[in-house]
Amino acid sequence: MARIREARDQAAFAELFQHFAPRVKGMLMKSGSDAATAEECAQEVMATVWNKAAMFDPSRASLAAWIYAIARNRRIDMARRASRAEPEDLPWGPEAEPDQADALAFQQESRALADAVQRLPEKQRTLVERAFFGEMTHGEIAEVTGLPLGTIKSRIRLALDRLRREMTRP
Amino acid sequence: MTQDVTHILPEELLLAYATGRLPEVFDLVVAAHVSISDEARARLDSFDAVGGVLLEDTAPAAMDAGSLDACMAMIAGAPPAPRPEASRSIFPAPLHKAVGGGPEAVAWRPMGMGVRQAILAETRGASVRLLSIPPGAAVPDHGHRGMEMTLVLQGAFEDEFGQYHRGDVEVADEEVEHMPKVIGDETCICLAATSDRLRFHSLLPRLAQPFLRI
Repeated sequence: MARIREARDQAAFAELFQHFAPRVKGMLMKSGSDAATAEECAQEVMATVWNKAAMFDPSRASLAAWIYAIARNRRIDMARRASRAEPEDLPWGPEAEPDQADALAFQQESRALADAVQRLPEKQRTLVERAFFGEMTHGEIAEVTGLPLGTIKSRIRLALDRLRREMTRP
Repeated sequence: MTQDVTHILPEELLLAYATGRLPEVFDLVVAAHVSISDEARARLDSFDAVGGVLLEDTAPAAMDAGSLDACMAMIAGAPPAPRPEASRSIFPAPLHKAVGGGPEAVAWRPMGMGVRQAILAETRGASVRLLSIPPGAAVPDHGHRGMEMTLVLQGAFEDEFGQYHRGDVEVADEEVEHMPKVIGDETCICLAATSDRLRFHSLLPRLAQPFLRI
């Protein structure tokens, strides 16, 4: 990802595309898109990954989480035929960068969360997946909030605090 | 412009927004709230961490043969997305975008007693609006037919459930009856969304309802 961000490296992008585009397409098909729409949409999502590469912050998100969010937003915009109101973007400035140690710690937490999700009983895991891929109704969703998100949330909060301090520095 | 916010949107509503299930009328309120409260943002973004794990584990669906080339063509020559500008007014970016400017660009309509409002969007009884209420003023005692979400952008108000300052959001549903009153000496500016018309108890506001379109 750093090669895409800093060197606009197309070979690195091709690798990323091979890994994530089929998964994004799979996710969109699970949420009800037909294959042709999902294909087109996955291409657009990956193009956005390229265009917004500078906004990716490894101290606040895994690459998969960031790409998931882009795909999710695209899915919602399509369903509503309008662009949804999204929170203000908070990227690092052109010079300042997130702390390497923060990024490393975040990626570790992210792996721990992945383990926790994998340990979920099959039935519950399916529920979580349906909630996040957008197939579930509002009532069902209350059942999926039991995941251990506390540490991930604290990590994101810490990274945001550092970012805010950097943004207000004279 | 961020600060410690006491009243954060409940987890299940943040999750409903994250997954695109919250009624559309509340999107702007949630986006503005999250722009101000870093705690709400951290909670919201932690859901994406789960989404990322699930995406990574999703069975890949083969892309068409020319797919990568088509995407490469799409990105070729496209300039990187511009760096977003930080908001400089009391309006966070999503609200600034919805209004087409800061507080000075709002088309306020006087509602009497110094209260002003501007309806930003309205469909089938659901609405999202800006309210400007002078110090000391109160909104008449009312209940709700659907859900009401109120975000404070400037000043503060108080009701039976607590004090609400900039960035705080109050959620009221059919069970809640309250009479919010502005506290402090600053005009209170709020962004409020309702999924249905409010239900007033005294006759006067009920008569005024069709005109105020609350």
